[in-house]
Amino acid sequence: MNKTVNQRAWWFVLPVVLLVAFNAVIPLMTVVNYSVQESFGSNMFFWSGVRWFEEVLRSERFHASLLRQLAFTAAILAIEVPLGLAIALAMPRRGPWVSVCLVLMALPLLIPWNVVGAMWNIMALPTIGLLSEVLHGLGFDYNYTREPAAAWFTVILMDVWHWTSLVVLLCYAGLVSIPDAYYQAAKIDGARAWAVFRYIQLPKLRYVLTIAILLRFMDSFMIYTEVVVLTGGGPGTATTFLSIDLVKTALGQFDLGPAAAMSLVYFLIILLMSWLFYTLMMRNQSR
Amino acid sequence: MAQIQLRELRHSYVDQPAADSDWALKRLTIDWADGGAYALLGPSGCGKTTLLNVISGLLRPTGGQILFDGRDVTDASPEQRNIAQVFQFPVIYDTMTVYDNLAFPLRNRGVDAREVDRRVREVAEMLELDDMLRHRAAGLTADGKQKISLGRGLARSDVNVIMFDEPLTVIDPHLKWVLRSKLKELHQRIRVTMIYVTHDQTEALTFADQVVVMNDGEIVQTGTPVELFERPNHTFVGHFIGSPGMNVLPCEIADGRAAFGGLSVESVNAGAWRGDGGRLELGVRPEFVSFAPAGADDGIPVRVVKALDAGRHRIVETEHAGHKIKMLVPEGEAIPSDTAHVRFAPERTWVYRDGWLVTGEGAAR
Repeated sequence: MNKTVNQRAWWFVLPVVLLVAFNAVIPLMTVVNYSVQESFGSNMFFWSGVRWFEEVLRSERFHASLLRQLAFTAAILAIEVPLGLAIALAMPRRGPWVSVCLVLMALPLLIPWNVVGAMWNIMALPTIGLLSEVLHGLGFDYNYTREPAAAWFTVILMDVWHWTSLVVLLCYAGLVSIPDAYYQAAKIDGARAWAVFRYIQLPKLRYVLTIAILLRFMDSFMIYTEVVVLTGGGPGTATTFLSIDLVKTALGQFDLGPAAAMSLVYFLIILLMSWLFYTLMMRNQSR
Repeated sequence: MAQIQLRELRHSYVDQPAADSDWALKRLTIDWADGGAYALLGPSGCGKTTLLNVISGLLRPTGGQILFDGRDVTDASPEQRNIAQVFQFPVIYDTMTVYDNLAFPLRNRGVDAREVDRRVREVAEMLELDDMLRHRAAGLTADGKQKISLGRGLARSDVNVIMFDEPLTVIDPHLKWVLRSKLKELHQRIRVTMIYVTHDQTEALTFADQVVVMNDGEIVQTGTPVELFERPNHTFVGHFIGSPGMNVLPCEIADGRAAFGGLSVESVNAGAWRGDGGRLELGVRPEFVSFAPAGADDGIPVRVVKALDAGRHRIVETEHAGHKIKMLVPEGEAIPSDTAHVRFAPERTWVYRDGWLVTGEGAAR
């Protein structure tokens, strides 16, 4: 058999090469470039090796933001995943209320992120906000611009309000796809509601839950807009998460070298943790 | 184990059933003996799965009663009815081992661990699953999974009835036969009432002692496989069972004799027709049609259209006055090349009025 060699086929690859080059490779290489050099003024660069990386990894400020980031992500995962699952289980499977519920659930996901931040900012304003009014009425001394705990509470509440819907919708899609025969068999086998959940619904939702956890992990680890609009990272540095810290370093202080090193470390952390999550959950399932 | 009786059972999926077609089940009355093997046979959409779900209690009938051993269970839940059901697609609990799957219905009912263990091992041995008890159920093949769903029913010793809803649909062809004979063997061994729903006549006829043929939400005929074959109660049964199905030909009746295309045909029951109108038809299976010897001119003159080889016999299609008559000719027997005469076996030729077998006094037997 004769194989025709046609080099013109390379032209077909060109669009994707260009696209990937401009949206990923070139920006990333620029960052790598900055991370190993020291820059002065406009066009003066000096090789600095791994100094910026060492600096970032030793910096207490970075450790503190990373710790806050981990705590925040852990907190919202611990709330949003079980809550989303519970709401999905409580939603009707058929009838006219299905579309009503789905639209209500999808609403928070349709709002632009900075608007979410602004909404909660207004809601939580110490003087006129509805949320603070209610909390003051209940006897809490709530002021998120002054109290770190109050700021954390508001940020977590905002994220739960904004993103639980995603978990709900994913879980709901998973639940609806379970064939009726499973529920019928469980009824015949005399299974109680808890057993149905434990042995039918939860196992059937495992892939969907893996995806939900992964998405929520990545998104929450990169959270920026809503928090910046709501608290600006304060009070003090109480809600300065990794991305906020990064922007402060890069744009606030114009420390391009350390900021570049920090973004690479940040990127590797997300990559590593996502990979870990995924392999752990998938291995658990195939056993 | 239980005797199952259905009294005037009807069901509709519509809120306010009015038209005849609103009913998925139309007034069924059935008596099934304790320990029998029954098949519900019918085309897709005839209501057989609805009937099964009504018996298992997954569906509450719109009207009528269901009795288990004379006790009304119409309002009882599936669990209270103590039945087992094997679904079309294998239903197993993925995360459990084969052992835990079989033990699940017993543990839910609070049976003590020693008894659970004894029952599970007994059932596993019956179904030849004993060497995979420690495996994860999700890793088994489709037939293995189907055995597990059957096993969950068998594990409960006192189950009233085991129901099968087209259980062999997803099984590989060569394993279908194995699983089917396994079922039959199991039934002989444990003698639990079994109801088997299928649209496959081979499955129904090989499995069941009594076959219930359904069409359009109605029972058309209940009988042994032989009865269904030799004396179809309705042209639908004649058509649905047998391969190829029964020949159905228009006819008239005069002086107690049937005539097809002006030619007199002897039949079993033409004498029972009361002369009360209706569409009259003659039914005879291809197995009971034969060629008259060359030279004889009795019977129906036909033109041979085509012949298909079907292994040990050939299916010959002939035609008389625009009506097709199919017949089976044994291997080795000569087939006339163009025109011939065919004869219908008189004791297997039936007259139908509006589709139903004409019965009553005056039939030959």
